[in-house]
Amino acid sequence: MGASRATHPTRRGKPVLAETIRLALRAVWRNALRSFLTVLGVVIGVGAVIAMVIVGQGSTASVQDDVASLGTNLLIVTPGQQSMGSGTTAGVVANFDFDDLDAIMQQIPGVAVVAPVSETRMLAVAGNQNHATQIVGTDNRYLEARDWPIEAGRTFYESELRTGAAACILGQTPAAELFGGGDPIGETIRFRQISCRVIGVLEPKGASSLGTDQDDMILIPIRAFNRRISGNQDVGVIMVSLADTVEPIRAKADIERLMRERRRISPNEEDDFTVFDMEEITSMLTGITSVLTGLLSGVAAISLLVGGIGIMNIMLVSVTERTREIGIRLAIGATTWQVLLQFLVEAIVLSLIGGLIGIFLGLGLGYLGTRMLSVPFWPDLQIIVIAFAFSACVGIIFGYFPARRAARLNPIDALRYQ
Amino acid sequence: MSVATAQSDTPAPRLIELSGVTKVYGTGAGEVRALRGIDLQIAKGEFVAIMGPSGSGKSTAMHILGCLDTPTAGNYRFMGHTVSDFDRDQRALLRRNYLGFVFQGYNLMPRTSALENVELPLIYQGLPTAERRARALDALAKVGLDGRESHDPSELSGGQQQRVAIARAIVTGPEVLLADEPTGNLDSARSHEIMALMTDLNHTDGITILMVTHEHDMADYAQRLVHFIDGRIARDTPNTPGQASAG
Repeated sequence: MGASRATHPTRRGKPVLAETIRLALRAVWRNALRSFLTVLGVVIGVGAVIAMVIVGQGSTASVQDDVASLGTNLLIVTPGQQSMGSGTTAGVVANFDFDDLDAIMQQIPGVAVVAPVSETRMLAVAGNQNHATQIVGTDNRYLEARDWPIEAGRTFYESELRTGAAACILGQTPAAELFGGGDPIGETIRFRQISCRVIGVLEPKGASSLGTDQDDMILIPIRAFNRRISGNQDVGVIMVSLADTVEPIRAKADIERLMRERRRISPNEEDDFTVFDMEEITSMLTGITSVLTGLLSGVAAISLLVGGIGIMNIMLVSVTERTREIGIRLAIGATTWQVLLQFLVEAIVLSLIGGLIGIFLGLGLGYLGTRMLSVPFWPDLQIIVIAFAFSACVGIIFGYFPARRAARLNPIDALRYQ
Repeated sequence: MSVATAQSDTPAPRLIELSGVTKVYGTGAGEVRALRGIDLQIAKGEFVAIMGPSGSGKSTAMHILGCLDTPTAGNYRFMGHTVSDFDRDQRALLRRNYLGFVFQGYNLMPRTSALENVELPLIYQGLPTAERRARALDALAKVGLDGRESHDPSELSGGQQQRVAIARAIVTGPEVLLADEPTGNLDSARSHEIMALMTDLNHTDGITILMVTHEHDMADYAQRLVHFIDGRIARDTPNTPGQASAG
């Protein structure tokens, strides 16, 4: 005990943060069950936020991936004025026809491929198997525009396209559903009264982010589609693939001008068709996921708030329970700040433990979620750091009031507390 | 011990000086005047017993002397500093560095080993772990508890717990040890052991001791007896330890 002492009685000591953290960990560990129940709100909040964001980002990445797999230089011309997410007004407006395709191909600079697409959903039957799938009336240019090779068999012959022959190319899904492991080439399938021969099978493309199976379709010549299914000469949608040399924005404007002309839209009227470029399609699709992610994250953030209130509640109980302990600490020379720090650190330790458990829970749930939606699992370090920081903030904000209450206790009142 | 005093040329340094100290609890009809004007000087190295019936204000005086409570009016000077002007944290630092407390109910941290209890004031002083441990072990040895460092308070007898409390109070090398009924929960044999220990600290380490008690044979260990009655000092007499026990 030979330490020399400063002469003034109010000499200050060094900060004691390390000891305070050790003390807080011990206090938390001593009431392990209570601590766990206290932080459960934060665990669920952080876990939910992280899971939501992981699934949301996975979906977004997957959508972008899908759209990229369509080809970045693709434009899609649809009838009707379509806006994001809302339905189309098609039906009252005229569809396209084959002349529109030719006009685009010939008059718009930089257009590589133009493909007609008309589609409907139908039940396809082969033997005693059936499968509801998308019937797409198109031609070989569709495969070119989407850069989608054939896995087995062949594409349509020119003669088949010209005459609208009953020939079809199966996506992977109907091929598997209708023929199991067997080879479908040369087999016959039926939908409605049409029976057609399978001439080829597409390579697999996989599920899209929104859960739609891109392989779930059957291609038939568009003339066959028109004659036997739609009963008109229309083209539902025009798919335009651009050369790499041309700006999509430029081509889009050109097509809009051309189509206004062809459809005789006067200058003061709005378009009765829409040209989407891939960026718009991406933002439309990711828009849906980000709105959903935002909503769910908001709900999750509220549970984090509730978790914080839970921590505050237990810290207030703890301060009351430990009034005598606080009295002793004050008596042996703890300053207001040291007592405040002790309880604040305890609240922060609690919420950080909750945050940590929540991060692992969120990663686990996010993994399961991305698996279920078959979207990529790419946990984002940034969101983990944010969640961790957020739970620290919850601790600081909701721990401060109880800690201040402890620190402001009068030493003698605290010592006498029974 | 190397307790260096700054005022080496002042004769008989006044460690503690209370003048006109009053303490009033509550207001209006419920007002309780616990201290009605106390003047008291205590010199360095004294062993003072504060006595009096319950409600006489002796505990209140002790709490004010220990900076656990503040006077309503009057002046309290400690080592020349006007403590009555100190703010909350300055009082905390004064308690930390210059005062040690021993209570009737021991007031040890539960589920915390004897060693860690004794280390606690040193943690607040910000000492490094190794030095803390060494000094805490020293203090425990001094109160005769070597070998019990790792025991929890619940594993120690009352007398042993009070020894831990004394070790905790002296581990910082304080000027003053304030003991509030330190033997109130102990049997006679244990009480005398504790008093012997405190006398020893007073003699060998020169620690000033202020002890509140209502037991005459405990007060008899002190060199000076201050009697409180109705919030005032009624008698302030010197005492020769070991002689008054018969009367």
